[in-house]
Amino acid sequence: MDAEILIENVLNALTAGITIGCIYGLMCIGLGLIFGIMKIVNFAQGELLMLGMFTSLYLVTGGGVLAFLGPYVGPFVGAILAAPVVFIAGALMHKFLISRVSGLRTAGSADEGHFGQLIVTLGISLILQNGGLILFGSTPETVKTPLSSSAILIGPFYGDATIFLNKARLIACGVAILVAIALYLLLEYSRLGKSLRAAADNPTAATYMGINVDRTYRVAFGLGSAITAVAGGLMASYLSFGPFVGFDYVIIMYSGVVLGGMGSILGAFWGGLTVGFVQQFSALILPPQLQNAAIFVVFLMIVLLRPQGLFGRSAERA
Amino acid sequence: MRQGAGPRLKKHLTALAVVSVVYLGISAFVTNSYYQLILTLVPIWAAFGVSWNILSGYGGQLSFGHASFFGIGAYTVTLLLVHFGLTPWLGIPLAMGMGAVAAVVIGTPTFRLRGHYFALSMLAYPLAILYFLQYLGYQEVSFPMQRESPILYMEFSDKRIYTLIAMALLIASVIVSLIIENTRFGLALLAIRQNELAAEAAGIDARGWKMRSLIVSGIIAAAAGGFYACVLLVVTPDSVFGMIVSAQAVVVTLFGGVASVWGPVIGAAILVPLSETLQAELGSVLPGIQGVVYGAAIIAIMMWSPDGLFWTVRDRWFKPKAPEPIPDLGHLSPPPRPAKLAAGMPLLKVEGISRSFGGLRAVSEVSFSIGEGEILGIIGPNGAGKTTLFNLLNGVLTADEGSAELAGQQMLGRKTFEVCRMGIGRTFQVVRSFPRAPTIDNVIVGAYGSGLSDQDALASAVRALHMVGLQDQAGIAAGQLTNKQLRLMELARALAGNPRLLLLDETLAGLGRDECNDVLDVLARLRDEGITICIIEHTMHAMLRIADRFVVLDHGRVLATGLPRDVVEDDAVIEAYLGKKWLARQKAEAA
Repeated sequence: MDAEILIENVLNALTAGITIGCIYGLMCIGLGLIFGIMKIVNFAQGELLMLGMFTSLYLVTGGGVLAFLGPYVGPFVGAILAAPVVFIAGALMHKFLISRVSGLRTAGSADEGHFGQLIVTLGISLILQNGGLILFGSTPETVKTPLSSSAILIGPFYGDATIFLNKARLIACGVAILVAIALYLLLEYSRLGKSLRAAADNPTAATYMGINVDRTYRVAFGLGSAITAVAGGLMASYLSFGPFVGFDYVIIMYSGVVLGGMGSILGAFWGGLTVGFVQQFSALILPPQLQNAAIFVVFLMIVLLRPQGLFGRSAERA
Repeated sequence: MRQGAGPRLKKHLTALAVVSVVYLGISAFVTNSYYQLILTLVPIWAAFGVSWNILSGYGGQLSFGHASFFGIGAYTVTLLLVHFGLTPWLGIPLAMGMGAVAAVVIGTPTFRLRGHYFALSMLAYPLAILYFLQYLGYQEVSFPMQRESPILYMEFSDKRIYTLIAMALLIASVIVSLIIENTRFGLALLAIRQNELAAEAAGIDARGWKMRSLIVSGIIAAAAGGFYACVLLVVTPDSVFGMIVSAQAVVVTLFGGVASVWGPVIGAAILVPLSETLQAELGSVLPGIQGVVYGAAIIAIMMWSPDGLFWTVRDRWFKPKAPEPIPDLGHLSPPPRPAKLAAGMPLLKVEGISRSFGGLRAVSEVSFSIGEGEILGIIGPNGAGKTTLFNLLNGVLTADEGSAELAGQQMLGRKTFEVCRMGIGRTFQVVRSFPRAPTIDNVIVGAYGSGLSDQDALASAVRALHMVGLQDQAGIAAGQLTNKQLRLMELARALAGNPRLLLLDETLAGLGRDECNDVLDVLARLRDEGITICIIEHTMHAMLRIADRFVVLDHGRVLATGLPRDVVEDDAVIEAYLGKKWLARQKAEAA
């Protein structure tokens, strides 16, 4: 009997870890582009996630233009369509604010502009959180779908041990994986991806090679914002959220990116997945208040033992 | 104290006294308890900003999680009072001790990390503590009301006394910060911030100084946090360990002016009242608008003044003074020279040193020796392992095997700064200067590195500048020197520590022929002074002019050693440089 419960709990933690982890992975890829590759310290990344949630909410529920899609398809289409909206927001943010404290402007300066980035992105984060409070109100919202309250049952395996797969999360996980693969292919094989990697590696040299570094950065920042927003839209289907939700996730995102090894898109995904796993498994043995603490402890341990990240290869060069 | 510290300190202390008197004078007339609270909070956040500035501003070790120390201070004071009835008058000093302990515990593992990794790991500590305290059930701890003798428990009905204590705290922090700025502590942090590797190679114990700065920073932050708890009379994990708290230290400092004593003070004096007023005036009208306005305000200032208000105002309205001339020390006595080695004993003896990167053997069983007073040239094609060899010798990299002895003492296995202190100066292929610091300070770093007293360090730096002929550039920021001057400055920095052996990595790279000759003249002069030199160089004709002996490296191995004339005619060397075909053709022509 005890073994049955244990096995059931472990199996469910495993599947929940995978599904939630994949969505976290997608969320981390967004930051991986901005922080891991472009080296911009963006504290407003959590607010981009929040923007994705609200964009999806307003598109597909109530009087939204996509409300006709219904509660089954709508939430996921809404999540994907959050991408173009937040892409524009991110690109504008970069053009008018962030480009002034990053990239070519600060290359080679004393602290590579990190101090300026900190303040500017903290400011953006404050504006978006509180602006969100004014626009969206403080009542917790959720993109309602019947899928979030039904599950696919697998099993029973051992006695009565059964896996419950939340349908909303399962579909969200599938969409997250597809988006992540599409982005990976785009970055690996397209001209944009190549110029982005070149521009991130050495902005000055990239300029000499005829790459429009400013534009590349702007597109990449928009892309990073959009990807995180899609993850936000997907999470909105099974989670209640408010204007300050970004706060809870920005640190998870940074943990994921650093765990995965800076500068690697795939790494960021694995890092996010790891965080999802740690979170779900710690729920098995730790009281709820300590689950988040567990993430930070694991994060610290991994970073201290393997500073190049779990999946990173290159160490810092002396 | 550093050069010119006296007048600087006097100026700052006068300003501090005037500001404090005026501030306390104003606060004495404020009766509204809400405004008085703001007046108390300004110095607390300013002191917290000062503490962040010591680690992250001067030392460049960006910390996103300074709330750890603030919160530990607050909870130490609170829990000691609640559980043991200990008065905050004793609680705050104990909290400062806890801050120091926390700094050591956190710093020891975390200083292994650099850059972003360090910054983000620091962020994780307060959050982990925050959740842990919630788990322990310390969601909200209130101070018990002391009816008997409130003053004994730091509880005052006259709120102005809080402002007075907060101000005393700030004054103490500013003085600590001023002392750091004006001693070798500050110069070491400056050097680490601008170029950690160069600082290490100049003999600065980077890890040690970083740790010291974190401890000082932790102590001040814990004091600020402890007193903050006394003022608010209640602590919650979020109010002292939260992200917002860490952000507060960063924001007031960057806004006011990073790496300046006055930055956090200016930042707190503007931002704390601004955010409190916005909260009070607008927060009730339209919740959230205060955050929007505050966010917009800090962005606007950063756009206008990226280094913070202090620096922008200073650069715009206060003309920088002409650089101080370096002091004329009259007759410069030559530096003490260590006793001559026994006849026949080499100064540096390298045996079978190797290092692999993965499958690549970058340096493979290299052996050679340098006699005292000799100039040894290390030549070889690109990728031959020359720079790696230097990195192994001065401890930047660890060798897989082999040994290297300086005058009979093992060099391998020591840290970079320790190797420097053994008497080895090093310059880099790409000049690693401290661009914002004046040339003389760049050079003094090297003298401090070798452990000289302030007086001797200055004398040694001046002597080194004279030796390389940069005495007229002493007051100019290193960022403004020409390429040749930078090379000479780096040479002077290495010389300031009175080394026995100089490792020069492509000192002539990128110089024109005349410039090259100037530097070669300097090197010849150094040799005449009795300094042994090991130099990596590509330009063959320059090497032929100066080197006594060559070591040729190729693919990590020693290809040939010997007198310059013999080496350049060695078939293996010609082949390594010019290829087999060339060698064959040359032989055919000769035949």
